Order: sequence, then C-alpha cells, then structure tokens
Amino acid sequence: MLSTIQPPRCLSRIAVRGRTKSRSLHILSSAQSVTSASLIDHSQILSIRDSLLSRHLSAVQLTHSYLDRLKQTEPQIKSFLHVSDPDKVLKQAHEIDEKIKRNEEVGPLAGVLVAVKDNICTADMPSTGGSRILEGYRPPFDATAVKRLKNLGAIVVGKTNLDEFGMGSTTEASAFKVTANPWDLSRVPGGSSGGSAAAVSARQCVVSLGSDTGGSVRQPASFCGVVGLKPTYGRVSRFGLMAYASSLDVIGCLGSSVADTGILLHAISGHDTLDATSSKREVPDFTSQFTSASSLESRPLEGLRVGLIRETVDGGVDSGVKSAIQSAAAHLEQLGCILKEVSLPSFSLGLPAYYILASSESSSNLSRYDGVRYGSQASSDELNSLYKESRAKGFGPEVKMRILMGTYALSAGYYDAYYKRAQQVRTIIRKSFKAALDENDILISPAAPSAAYKIGEKKNDPLAMYAGDIMTVNVNMAGLPALVLPCGFVEGGAVGLPVGLQIIGAAFDEEKLLKVGHIFEQTLQGYNFVPPLDADGVFA
Amino acid sequence: MMASTLFRTIQIHPFLLYPTTLFRRRNGALYCTMKSTQTQTATQEKQQPSKVKVSQHTQSKTLDKIKRDYEAVIGIETHVQLSTLTKAFCSCPYNYGSQPNTSICPICMGLPGALPVLNSKVIEFAVKLGLALNCKLSLNSKFDRKQYFYPDLPKGYQISQFDIPIATGGYIDLDLPLEFGGGHRKFGITRVHMEEDAGKLLHSGNEDYSQVDLNRAGVPLLEIVSEPDMRTGIEAAEYAAELQRVVRYLGISNGNMQEGSLRCDVNVSIRPVGQLEFGTKVEIKNLNSFSSINRAIDFEISRQVLFHSQGQSDQIVQETRLWEEGAQKTVTMRKKEGLSDYRYFPEPDLPEVILSQVAEYFDATISSGADIKLAANWIMGDIAAYMKNEKLSINEIKLTPQELVELIASIKGGTISGKIGKEILFELLAKGGTVKGLIEEKDLVQIADPIEIGKMVDKVLSENPKQLGQYRGGKTKLQGFFAGQVMKLSKGKANPGLLNKILLEKLNAES
Repeated sequence: MLSTIQPPRCLSRIAVRGRTKSRSLHILSSAQSVTSASLIDHSQILSIRDSLLSRHLSAVQLTHSYLDRLKQTEPQIKSFLHVSDPDKVLKQAHEIDEKIKRNEEVGPLAGVLVAVKDNICTADMPSTGGSRILEGYRPPFDATAVKRLKNLGAIVVGKTNLDEFGMGSTTEASAFKVTANPWDLSRVPGGSSGGSAAAVSARQCVVSLGSDTGGSVRQPASFCGVVGLKPTYGRVSRFGLMAYASSLDVIGCLGSSVADTGILLHAISGHDTLDATSSKREVPDFTSQFTSASSLESRPLEGLRVGLIRETVDGGVDSGVKSAIQSAAAHLEQLGCILKEVSLPSFSLGLPAYYILASSESSSNLSRYDGVRYGSQASSDELNSLYKESRAKGFGPEVKMRILMGTYALSAGYYDAYYKRAQQVRTIIRKSFKAALDENDILISPAAPSAAYKIGEKKNDPLAMYAGDIMTVNVNMAGLPALVLPCGFVEGGAVGLPVGLQIIGAAFDEEKLLKVGHIFEQTLQGYNFVPPLDADGVFA
Repeated sequence: MMASTLFRTIQIHPFLLYPTTLFRRRNGALYCTMKSTQTQTATQEKQQPSKVKVSQHTQSKTLDKIKRDYEAVIGIETHVQLSTLTKAFCSCPYNYGSQPNTSICPICMGLPGALPVLNSKVIEFAVKLGLALNCKLSLNSKFDRKQYFYPDLPKGYQISQFDIPIATGGYIDLDLPLEFGGGHRKFGITRVHMEEDAGKLLHSGNEDYSQVDLNRAGVPLLEIVSEPDMRTGIEAAEYAAELQRVVRYLGISNGNMQEGSLRCDVNVSIRPVGQLEFGTKVEIKNLNSFSSINRAIDFEISRQVLFHSQGQSDQIVQETRLWEEGAQKTVTMRKKEGLSDYRYFPEPDLPEVILSQVAEYFDATISSGADIKLAANWIMGDIAAYMKNEKLSINEIKLTPQELVELIASIKGGTISGKIGKEILFELLAKGGTVKGLIEEKDLVQIADPIEIGKMVDKVLSENPKQLGQYRGGKTKLQGFFAGQVMKLSKGKANPGLLNKILLEKLNAES
C-alpha cells in the first residue's frame, strides 16, 4: 500500500494514491505532449499548459488531483494557515476549461495552483503574517505579485505557514503551527517560508511564493529539496508584502524545477508604480534560456567562471553538506565550468550586521501593528495600555526580541555604534561581492550549513539558529539574486535529507542563474528529489 | 477601489458613537476610541490659581517698566500644508472639511504591505519655497522615519526629513508696518523640510473617548524653522504674515490658518538685556491667527518676565503651552519629560531625493547675472519642453548657462528680438555654439535704426496701394497686415516697437 511518488520528471504522474483508486490521476507523460514541455524538461507549469491546451486534461481534473493530495497530506505536513475554499478553486478551474472549450485565450499560468506565503496580502483571504496580532485580518487588496499571477490565470490554493512576519528559520516562530519537513516529519522545513517550501515539496501545489529577507526562500528550499529563487532587490514589487526589513525584503519563487521558478519570476517581475524601490529595468524572457537535456552539448557551460566561496565551506559546515557541495562543484566542472575558490573576507561580518539592520527596520515596520485600526486589539480604556496589551498579546517572543534589539540599535547614543556601522559593513559586503562577480560569472556556496534539523532542536538557542543564516544573509545585504537547487543528500530521515546548492549572480542577472541551474538540474544523475510521502502523507 | 467595501462602510456611517463599547469593528475596519490623557491638563492649570495676573491694569504698568530690562528670544516653526492634488505618498485627494475617513486608502491608513510612493509635486513645491526663502538646496536629500506612537499616526512613524533637509540657511526680508514703528527686519530661516501630516483625533465633548479621522494623514507639509531672530510678538506675527504671502504667491498652499493649512508654533524665552545665554524656552501652540501669535507671545513674555523679576525663574519650565483665545492666556498643555528619542533612520521604502541638475543649472545662470524671472521662464518653459521632447537631461543639452545668460541679455538689450531668440535657442540646445557667433553668422542683429525701418515701411506702403487706400478709408485693422509685411521684409529683425511707431506715423501722416 505504501508506494512512493515518482519524480515528476516529465510530470509522468502527479500520483495521487488516494483511498479511493478512482481518484488517482495518472496525468500525462512527456511522450503525449508535443509542444514546449518536451523542449523544456521538468517544468510542471509548461506540462500543465500543454495538457490543458491539447485537451489531455482539464483544469478541473488537475485541480481535483492537487486538492485531494493537499487534503490527504496536510494533516501531517501542516504547510497551510488557510486553504482556499475548494468550491471557489474548482470554479476558477472550471472557467478556464470553459474558455479552452470556446477556444479563447487563457493566460500562461492558467490552471497553475499557487500557494502564497501568508505575509503576502491576498484580497478577501486571511493574511496574518503568521502573527496573532493579525489573526482574522483580510486585506482589501492583492499584493502586486499575487495580482499579476491571477491576471495570468494562476489559482491561489491557500496561504502558507511561516515564522511570524518572516522572523525565523524553522516555522517554529509561527503563532499558529509548526510545519513538518516532507522528508522527515520530525524535522523542520526551514524558514521562514517553510510552508511554501513544504507545500511544493509535498506536491500540494505547483509553485509557491515566499519572501526572502535573509534566506527565507533559499534555506527552506534547501531543507525541503525544492528550487528556491531569490530575485535581485527591486526586481519584484514589494507592494502587499508585509514589511519585515524593507531594504532587504524581496518576494521569491519556489518550485519543483528551475524552469518553474523562472516562469514564476517572469510573471511577477517588473516595475510597479506602487513600489518606489521596484526597478524599471526590462524583464527578459527567462524561459528562453532553457534547453532540453537531449539538445545539450557535452560541455554546455564551457568557459563559465565559477567561484566557490571559501568561507562557506570552512569549519562550521556539516561534512555531508560540504561533500555534497564539492560534488556539485565537480559536476559544474564536468559541464565545462572553470572552477576556483574565491575569498570574501567580509563574509563573517554579514551575520551581525544583518541582524542589526533587519531588527532596526523591523522595529519600525512593526509599529503599525498597534491594535488601533486593524488586527487584534486588547480591551483597554487607556491609550498606553491599549498599545502595550495589544502588542504584548499580539506578538510572539521572537518578534518581541527583534523589536527590542532594533529599538535599542536605533536609540540616541547607540545609532552610530550599531545601525550606522552595520550600514558601513553593508557597503563593504556589496563591494566585495562586486569584485568577486567581476572576476567570476557566478559564485556558489551551500544554501545552509546543515540539512534540516529536528523540530525543537534549536528553538532555545537563538544564536545557533541565527548562525544558520550565514550562507544567505550576505546576498540580501548586497541585494543580489541567488538560486538554490537540490544537489545531493546527507544522512537522515528515511531516505536521506536534501542539500541545496546556492548559485549567486550579479544584480539583475537572474537569467544566467536560471540557465546554469537548469542545465545542472538536467544533467544531475541519480537523484530523486521527491519526498517519499505516500498519498496519506505517511512515509514509505 | 482596492478597499471599496471597507471604505464605503465608513462613508455611510462615518462616526457612529458607541458610548457603551469603546471599540467597534465594521467590515474589518476598526474604530478606535480612547481616553485621552492630554486634554485634562488645561483644567489642571485652572485649579492652580496662577500668581501671574498680567491683565490687571496696575500690575501691567509696572510690568511695562520691568519688561524693558528683559529681551525676548522668539523662534517659529511653521507647518505649511501643500495644495497638491493628491497626498504626499498615495493618490488620495485631500479636501478640508470632508466627512471623516472618506479620503483614505491602504497606503495612508498604513495597512500591512502598503508602501509610500512620493508625489513629485511635493519636491517641486519644496524647491520653490526653498528658493523663495533664499535657502541653499540640498541636491542629495532623503526621507527619514520619525518614530512615535499615537493613534493619529497610522504607521507608527512619520515620514519626514532629519539630517538632510531639502533647503537650509535662508532668510526672510520684511518691513514692519508703520503703525508698529516700521523698520526693516531680516529673519533667518534655519531649514525647510518635507514631511507628511498626521490624522486628527476628534475628542468627544462629554464622553471620555476620542475618535480617529485619517483624512489628513499623509497630506504633504513643509516645515519651516526660523532662527531665533524675533524679539516681539509683532515681529513674529509679521514673519508669519510674510510667510503666508510667500506660499500664496508661489501657489503652493492656501495658507489658511483657520483651516490649519498654515500652523505656527512659537518658542519664547526671555533673558536679561545683555545676557548672551538663552533662557528656558516655552513652546506655544494653538495660534490660529496673526493677532493671536502677537498676543500670545506678548502674554508669554509678560508671564516669564514677571516670574523672572520676582526671583521665581525656576517656575519657567520647558513645556508646551496652549493659547486660549477666550481667556487670552497660555496654559500648560504638557511638560517635556526630557528629550524624546524619535529614533530617526533613513526611510528604506523611498529612494533618495536627488534634485536633477536643473537647480544647479538655474543657479549657474542667475549667478552669471541673468534676470532671475526671465531665466526661470526660459528654463521652465522652452528648455524644459525641449528636454522632455528629446528625452534629455539638462546635462545633455548643448546650451551652457553662460550662453543662456548671453541670450537673455541680448533679447533684453534689444540686440535680437524675442522671436529670433527662440529660434536660435533651439539651435543652441541641439548644436551648441555661442549666441554672438550665431547672431553674426545668421545676420540676426535686430534692426533698430529708424531710417532703415522707415525705408522698409515706405517700400511696403508703395507695394500695397489697395490696402493703403482701405486703411485710410477707415479699415485701421489693416495696420497689423502692414506690420507683418514690414517684419517679413526685415526677415524678422525689425524692432517691433519701433516698427509699429514708424508705421503708424507714416500710415496716418499723408492722409
């Protein structure tokens, strides 16, 4: 009874082995699809488009299969804080089917089920940011990224769990629940976008949106064995993303393939008049970079200069992770890359500077949660106690700690020693990345110093938890794009725990990251990054 | 649009009072009512009978004598509400007196995920005022967050400017009215900075709660801080009046004090004549007219002088006092509890404010001696239009400020006509070169020789006998026709004034 799900290499089966056999959907294989999907392996989004347009599958059927699977796996995984009303979701799918029937245009994301991190606003759906203080809050508007996805035909399947307002690396700081890692239910999925990563990993949705302030898309992608893309700061509008640290925050993409994250990024990128920090740069068609494995040359990345960041494979990094990254580096060499080690001397400064800046900004950004206009409000007949009580009850301990740290760092007399100094460090980090990326096309590192850890393991040791962010925070400080994709396994769980490779590029050069990532993914042999969950969410 | 349901509800029932419940929710919008801790201070003041009774006639006589031994030091902070079509960071309009919470959106309500985007008119207005107040503009400026909690401040911080205000170091020149003794005064301007207004708390009359109206939240303000250069209530009132004239002339604000579009908070301290150090300063708010500024300051000076002269200068404490128009006196509003720490830091949601080099270009032009108004007209008019059409920045145009000066001078001095000036402007913008060179090269010097113009007039008259006959028969409108013909003949170079004068003489002379 306990059969595992096959890797959806060609979306061969979104195997839903439900309790009732009739519900299993053996959808399609690439042999049946004739257009783009066969050119770009792995992409669920393109496979879905093909099968819908070629009428092999209806959007309603597809949606049913995902909803069934979500229903079956959710009690164990707990990725979602809110699941959309199935009737509404199916109605949207039905409308797509009707359009296709009438030979009308459907958007490129028609029928694609997207999960959205709960700190990203969705109109008329709960958006809590994982915080009690916004319990029951429903925004009157969609975040720009969500709006763009909906305009292209995507269907929002639900809101995913996260550490409160994005502050954490495990989802344990969520006010509502702890999400489990689909590879080992006793482990964390990473965070803060743990729900979004777990949902993709467990195939509860096609792709998902996360947010990345210090690694919150990439580290959970690594822990859950999915692809996570952190775009360049300014590439994607932040309008509708609940601000944690405004100068570092960016909405990111999670998917089960590099191609899917690229397609998703393309959909949400570009200038937005509602976000003054969003870039006016043109958005290239990232998908044009993708080539089929069959048409690849023997050394498709010939001459590409790859710098392995020395400081990321030093001590303090799990040996299994280190060897997975070294194998990945060797694989890149086989593809033609010129590999060398580069040193970023400022690397270790990134973590303390990050925590000062992120906390400082968060102490300001979270001031608006005062119980006066929305969210939960303590009952009080005096102004100061209204503030105190609403915030004391509404925020969790991790958020309070960061508000305190940030308030301290911005206080008169401390500003220069903390905030200003951290900004200076940030400038140094930016420059050292610039220098390294002038000499190399891309930089690589692990996405995290270890694979997923046990739930509760680091809960009482915030410093150890913060240290886990060492691989990712520097990239946010420099505002650069980075792609994390699964590259191997370490011991742990039933079948091992996935390890993610981080590829860092120059600002606005997501195209290159996606190209390299896609080729890497196509040519990596012998790994299956689909967790061995059966339909009931139980381990095989 | 985004929050239509939410706001519609508010519009229908803007402020229902719920005496039994302090807080009420409708469609997710939360009305907040609360006890105010600050409105009670005025009554406290009343309970403690003041020792100062300046209104009594006998005392005021002696007081006048004592006052001569003291000097008042007065500085003014003015908030000017800008009359932009929309708020500073969102597209909501602002109209004074609208129903509460009818002009709000997710951005000015500070909803989660909303972001500010600067209305560029705010910078334009700030630059105008900065220049009008003779300030130095900061070409690289920025916004900062000023953080404090108050129910009328939806984000928990005010977007303002801290260490790099848009304009600094200016002054206001004015003449005091003769009935107040006359005399010229020059008051320094420390800084002008941009910020957003807060909402309003509506205090209920009898009940002990307040309500929040966010219509005003996010309305753009310019804060103008003066140097402590004023010495009397009259000087302060005249300073404010001049500021009102300036903002009205510039068209950046209606400057209406009753509506709060122009709000003055004054700082008053006194010191014995000859002392260099400042005394303890007291801030006065609620000044709704120039005369109340005048009277409040005079009252406050008397109050402080009396304390000082009676050896009770420790009774003068740093505090904010409220001017009570009815009682014609100031009363304690709140005592300062040390310096507030607003934890300013740069606003990460907004890019730096980089004034395009237009300001520099303008400065360079006028510092080379060009007529200021004409320079502004050329730069804001034809040059700006050219830059817009050609998608060029001011650094990319070929016309240098020096040549613009030359061009303006050539027109003003009558060397070339304004029309020709415009023609060569475009050549200068596109290709560069010098005004003199172009005038010579194209033989464009204006013809201002009456004899030469007279010859041309004669020629035109003799070539158009029919029209001449009609003119002399009464169709005097034909003067325009002849003027056009002469101008055409001169290739546009004839001095128009002279041309018309001579033409008219000749048209009428031989009749």
